[in-house]
Amino acid sequence: MKFLLLPVETELTYTRYRLQFGKTEAMRYTGHLDVYRAWERLIRRARLPLAYSQGFNPHPKISLSPALPLGFTSACELIDIWLEAAIPSEEVFVALDESSPPGIKVHWINEVPVSEPALPAIIQSACYRVELLNRIEDLADRVDTITRASQLLRSRRGKTYDLKPLIEDIELSSADFPQVINLQLACREGATGRPDEFLDELGITPHLARIHRASFVFNAEITHAYPARE
Amino acid sequence: MFSPTDIQTKLEQILPRVTKPGRYTGGELNQVVKDWQNTEIKVALAFPDLYDLGMSNLGVAILYNLINQRQDALAERVYLPWVDMEAEMRAVNLPLYSLETKHPLVDFDIVGISLPYETLYTNALNLLDLGGIPLFSAERTEEHPLVIAGGHATFNPEPMHAFIDAFVIGEGEEAIIEIIEQVKKWRNNGSSRHELLSNLARLWGVYVPAFYEPVYAHDGTIDHMETLHEHAPMPVIKRIVPKLPPPVTRFIVPYVDVIHNRIPIEIMRGCTRGCRFCHAGMVTRPVRERTVNEIVEAIETALQQTGVEEVGLLSLSSSDYTNILELVKAVSERFAGQHVNLSLPSLRIETFSVDLMDALRDSKRHGFTLAPEAATERMREIINKPVSTRQLLDTAREIYRRGWTTIKLYFMIGHPSETLEDVQAIADLCKAVLAEGRKVIGGRAKVNAGVSTFVPKPHTPFQWVPCDTIEQIHLKQELLRRELRGKGLKLNWNDPHETMLEAWLSRGDRRMAEVVYQAWKHGAKFDAWKEIFNYAAWMDAFNLVGLDPTFYTHRKRLIDETFPWEHISTSVRKKFLTEDYLWSLRGQTRVDCRERCFACGILPTFAEMRSLNPGEVWQCPEVKPKTQRLKAASTIQVDEIPVITSGD
Repeated sequence: MKFLLLPVETELTYTRYRLQFGKTEAMRYTGHLDVYRAWERLIRRARLPLAYSQGFNPHPKISLSPALPLGFTSACELIDIWLEAAIPSEEVFVALDESSPPGIKVHWINEVPVSEPALPAIIQSACYRVELLNRIEDLADRVDTITRASQLLRSRRGKTYDLKPLIEDIELSSADFPQVINLQLACREGATGRPDEFLDELGITPHLARIHRASFVFNAEITHAYPARE
Repeated sequence: MFSPTDIQTKLEQILPRVTKPGRYTGGELNQVVKDWQNTEIKVALAFPDLYDLGMSNLGVAILYNLINQRQDALAERVYLPWVDMEAEMRAVNLPLYSLETKHPLVDFDIVGISLPYETLYTNALNLLDLGGIPLFSAERTEEHPLVIAGGHATFNPEPMHAFIDAFVIGEGEEAIIEIIEQVKKWRNNGSSRHELLSNLARLWGVYVPAFYEPVYAHDGTIDHMETLHEHAPMPVIKRIVPKLPPPVTRFIVPYVDVIHNRIPIEIMRGCTRGCRFCHAGMVTRPVRERTVNEIVEAIETALQQTGVEEVGLLSLSSSDYTNILELVKAVSERFAGQHVNLSLPSLRIETFSVDLMDALRDSKRHGFTLAPEAATERMREIINKPVSTRQLLDTAREIYRRGWTTIKLYFMIGHPSETLEDVQAIADLCKAVLAEGRKVIGGRAKVNAGVSTFVPKPHTPFQWVPCDTIEQIHLKQELLRRELRGKGLKLNWNDPHETMLEAWLSRGDRRMAEVVYQAWKHGAKFDAWKEIFNYAAWMDAFNLVGLDPTFYTHRKRLIDETFPWEHISTSVRKKFLTEDYLWSLRGQTRVDCRERCFACGILPTFAEMRSLNPGEVWQCPEVKPKTQRLKAASTIQVDEIPVITSGD
């Protein structure tokens, strides 16, 4: 039997901010946990009073949108950060922008209520831009096969799942080169479509494409996920 | 020929296929990218192992910053790819490239290889090979970069003499600048490679192996070393800086996890303890300290520039830093509440160390490390690390009392004259420490014993000592495994085969270069990595070259043997080392040399420097300016050394 003794919460008041940032080329190969660390360090360099969890092994109070697979870039990552002071959003934005490392570009910031639902709870789908490095002659046919399939059973990490219901939209660009596929895939807890799985289903080696997360689709009733002004 | 753009294009296809591609991209915060076309001298700083390890190397960070501060030079980083990446690179002939601008290694003017330990030697060859640079110094032309190396292993440069054009013996901060100046001259006046090497040989601390040749005796030992060039000094005296330059504060912040993901701040260099097994303690003399203020300011700046959450205060013996309590207080006050973790390694076994760690309030209490190195008082006297068992147990009890649950104890087996009783004592001592813990915190108390195997190192009082054989090591490890089991006890040990490799190379001569080469050809690389280490490749290499590995490891060396590294001087005299070895055989210890100077040889060599840097900066006794010195020198007493010759 193990007991975890939780310390009594102190009187600290937190301010919660939601930010959108781009994860660009320089951080393409930085994994999810390392992005957390990069953010912790960024906030520390910006000299903002980052809140930490209480207890023996304090963690920074930071929460990221669903993990972006290694090698992908993104224009729309979201992060919630908790500070131990109420600093105007504009000031936080400037401080973070000045201390950003190559690979992180902050787009907007919004103060949100501390009681705001967590990021994964508000995200429904993610849109990806997939750019193929080599030209695939029969791409349209291949996509068509997928569109018409009733199910696409695949196995990943020893589990069988159906990719089909996770695909919400496929759109092919008209350009000859590079060929671009715009994809909307489900991005909910327990139901996440991966663009690399989609490519594999198309018979395209995933690493012969550049994959970019372009935007998230949110639950309709959520308001704080959007910028005050873009 | 590959241009940076070609390399970038190839990487685009390769990187998604390899493990941890983030190690191969560069582009991190605080990296320095200079204008390639308009910078005269390009230096590649190469650490011949993975990025994950190399990024923690302070030596590389120091040189990176120094070189990049110059208008006329740039420094970029190069690390070795892991085996999967190497295979991908070789498959498309992609050369090893620098992280900053993706230039192939061969495009640089200088390739500086860091060699802190011997198990990197085959990697260094692999690095040159992947970089498209001829492995042998003699095969390089004016077209190729100058290949230099430095680091603690190079105090015996001989096993690598064939592959490195010039070694920097000792501290590189000033030498690297002088080397850059010489390379600049060489590039500008179009003179020969030989001319460049001649000029380098004149620099203090630079060893050009091509200008020396050993003459062997019948028994395979060195008769003497000959110089082949008028500028080649005999011996080559190690380079030191009189005062430690300002610490590096602008560290590159890696985007992927690396070992020691922290800001390293060197609080002092050198050590006054004189542990006889310790290579670092002998070769980094004299002790030079930084001021508390300089250290605290450096931490402040580094935190600001990196955002990193852990700081390591580095030295060979933190407790011996003169103002250690003041430093710890200043640091913990200044950074309190900022969620900064501080590590303070190498603390002496005394309750004061627990006070020090206690003062670092923010630190996590994972484990407290003590390094008694040997378990009996007799053995600790032989190695000159005199600590009483009583004192050790008192310290342990205090550690458990203050909230730590795990004590890590570091020992070595294989010390000279060690018996199985001494090994048994390691197990007994671990259990005794655990028993202290149980008294204080009950079943939560833990002891982790790390028992490595002693490898005799050149330039130390134990350079004469035979290394244990694999059979002896097996027997001792067997005993420890049998004894150190049960709740709360954990044991770590080294593979004896890896110990052998370190032992051959540590005291190797020039003939070992061929063995290193053949081992690499037979597939040896990443020798420090258990999963890759290829003992068979090394055995094949010895067979092929016709050398007996035991000549380097288990042979009894006579007290007057001339060693292959004697033309390299650490300034600690052989006379001192001989005396200290003989003292050890009698179980006679030496006190900390701040209490009494034993005239190891540092002061006579660097007297001028010491007199120009008076006061506490150095921990050696003061030296008066030259005019007054003659009289003072005679006051240093050195005990007469009984000399045992080969006839005895």
